[in-house]
Amino acid sequence: MSSEPQAPASAAQAVATVKTGAQIVVDTLVDLGVDTMFGYQGGVVLPVFDRLYDAPIRFYIPRHEQGGCHMADAYARASGKVGVVIATSGPGACNLTTGLGTAMMDSVPLVAITGQVRTELIGNDAFQEADTTGITRPVTKYNSIVKDVKNLERTIREAFYIASTGRPGPVLIDLPVDVSFAKCACNGKAALDLPGYRIRTKGHARQISMAAEAINKAERPVLYVGGGVITANAAEELRLLAQKAHLPVTMTLLGLGSFDQRQPESLDMLGMHGSAYANYAVQECDLLIAIGARFDDRVTGKVATFAPHAKIVHIDIDPASISKNVRVDIPVVGDARHILVELAREVEYRERGPWFAKIAEWKKKHPFRYDKKAKTIKPQYVIDEICRQTNNAAVITTGVGQNQMWSAQFYKFIQPRQLISSGGLGTMGFGLPAAIGAQIARPEATVIDIDGDHSFNMTMTELATAVQYELPIKICILNNGYMGMVRQWQELFYNRRYSCVALKNPDYATVARALGAVGITVEKKEDVPKAITQMLAEKQPCVVDFRVEREENVLPMVPAGKSLSEMEGLAILESMA
Amino acid sequence: MKHIISALVENKPGVLAHVAGMFAARGFNIDSLVVGRTEDPDLSRMTIVVIGDDRIVEQVRKQLARIVPVVKVQDFVGKPVVMRDLMLVSIAVLPEKRPEVFTLIEMFRGHVVDIGQKTIMVEVSGPETKIEAFIDVCRPYGIKSVARTGTIAMPRQGTGED
Ligand SMILES: Cc1ncc(C[n+]2csc(CCOP(=O)(O)OP(=O)(O)O)c2C)c(N)n1
Ligand SMILES: [Mg+2]
Repeated sequence: MSSEPQAPASAAQAVATVKTGAQIVVDTLVDLGVDTMFGYQGGVVLPVFDRLYDAPIRFYIPRHEQGGCHMADAYARASGKVGVVIATSGPGACNLTTGLGTAMMDSVPLVAITGQVRTELIGNDAFQEADTTGITRPVTKYNSIVKDVKNLERTIREAFYIASTGRPGPVLIDLPVDVSFAKCACNGKAALDLPGYRIRTKGHARQISMAAEAINKAERPVLYVGGGVITANAAEELRLLAQKAHLPVTMTLLGLGSFDQRQPESLDMLGMHGSAYANYAVQECDLLIAIGARFDDRVTGKVATFAPHAKIVHIDIDPASISKNVRVDIPVVGDARHILVELAREVEYRERGPWFAKIAEWKKKHPFRYDKKAKTIKPQYVIDEICRQTNNAAVITTGVGQNQMWSAQFYKFIQPRQLISSGGLGTMGFGLPAAIGAQIARPEATVIDIDGDHSFNMTMTELATAVQYELPIKICILNNGYMGMVRQWQELFYNRRYSCVALKNPDYATVARALGAVGITVEKKEDVPKAITQMLAEKQPCVVDFRVEREENVLPMVPAGKSLSEMEGLAILESMA
Repeated sequence: MKHIISALVENKPGVLAHVAGMFAARGFNIDSLVVGRTEDPDLSRMTIVVIGDDRIVEQVRKQLARIVPVVKVQDFVGKPVVMRDLMLVSIAVLPEKRPEVFTLIEMFRGHVVDIGQKTIMVEVSGPETKIEAFIDVCRPYGIKSVARTGTIAMPRQGTGED
């Protein structure tokens, strides 16, 4: 990157005012455009909270720092802005780690500020001291401790810059309390100093031409799209490319929303619980164009036999993700939006009749299915119904497990930033705080957390947060009384020995009411549609506890380590036709 | 295959931990890692010897470059470079054996830096193979202890001593 031009020293001095570190933090945040923050109090962050008291920033207090971090994360995912979270030293910082790891794995722009004990106490096992930069180093894009107030403003500006550029990610600033009290002349114009941070935005022209040529030659191409397209705000450019060159599109979990799933070119999600048609198409394609995706093992199955006939084009902003898992033939490093625009210029329309005919046949034979005649509430039916009643337009957050996979399979997304789910880390408990963060980012949107009972158990205390801030989020618990996804693996691979996968759940509607939310229980299939209608009409946080079929499986399934074409459950699905 | 990777890094606290942590987290094997100052007080140079196939080393290089305070990464594989290791070794040598050992030390262009009753300490520098050869020839006398720096390297511009 090029560091920003520094203001001439004389001008800088002219407007410099003496401020405390805490004031510098708040003023810099405001100057960077932060109007929303999440976080939790504590001894060493008191000076910063004191300055926040009358700052023009809306502040949301979670019930647990993990929740606050997920809220900031989902706020970022839903808005495209940087999420900001603050926590105290020691336990507060430790509680952030799951949230930081979640944001790191999914490349979410986040800035975390943690208080730290006084500089002279660091290393002495002081009260509430933790080696925060040490603990969080592997779960942040970058972190640093500010020991001199003179570096504070610059460090905050750098944190926002690093978090939001290149491949985004969480950045943490550790702030000893004495630095918050310390005073320094500050002009509000500190220049970045990042000699080691470089981003390649524009793709290499020759590489782009090679990719275009490969597309123009391909008989059986597939676009394989990940979260990077959403991060790069490149959904429209993706649509234009797919349309111009006539290409089918499959998406990863995090890529869902980048391409309208109602279009015939959509192959929906690929991978372990992806569609049969996406997986077959990938295995039979002669050209795979990966964009902002990272060939995760849940996507590729057995790497050695992944897309065996395909030439691979990989467009990504992170050079390190190219050829990490899968050998790439044509790498293009840069920003997806830039590259897609350039690429679209050079591609030509081709009919590819036989290829699209084959895809249509797979789609017809192997759609996502469930037993519509069942007497019990099928979890897939609940999602189908939510999708129908919200006209594909809701913002959906999820827990982790079957609920998450069914949401990906049965809600048909049409816009970027519509699905907010912990893909890389797979963090149970993400759904509820994520719904809160997303609703704050998008007050007009219908935000629904489609959650698992056990995932919900992990962070349900945040329901009180939603009540306090009067957020009209909806929580649909697909209550199967199991850690359903784990139970599924035990059924399939451990002889149905259901070891430690069922907790005694509370009555969620009662819990919801006790916390000040609306609670609804649905036990009969015929009550599903009207419960959803009622839920959608609620102005308060609303929890609907759907008592779903307990031993339903997510199908199809590529068992871990198998090839994408070795899907199980296709015969079962066909029998439901 | 052995690769020598040279990384110019910002001279900031936490950089070494970041680099070492990345190697550990990604399961890359470090043969040696040397950090030292450079002519620029704001920059340090890390010389890292990694063993792995080209694909792994390419990942190492990219992952290093991704670390924010890492300014520049070079892989010296296939390039002419001067490599040096510095060793201090303490050898069990009784006075009557000294002349014999001194001859060896001279052959390796080492220096005796300490003479004790029953031991001598020697400083030797050079490519790793030379250091190892010196350890081998000293082994029969009894090696008390060894301290080595690990490899540092710099690309050659012309020709000279290996
Ligand atoms: C924090 C955390 N702990 C453990 C896991 C492992 N895990 C993955 S899915 C799952 C079960 C999820 O159960 P539930 O939330 O009820 O969802 P279901 O699969 O039943 O829809 C577990 C334990 C995880 N992903 N995250
Ligand atoms: Mg469950």
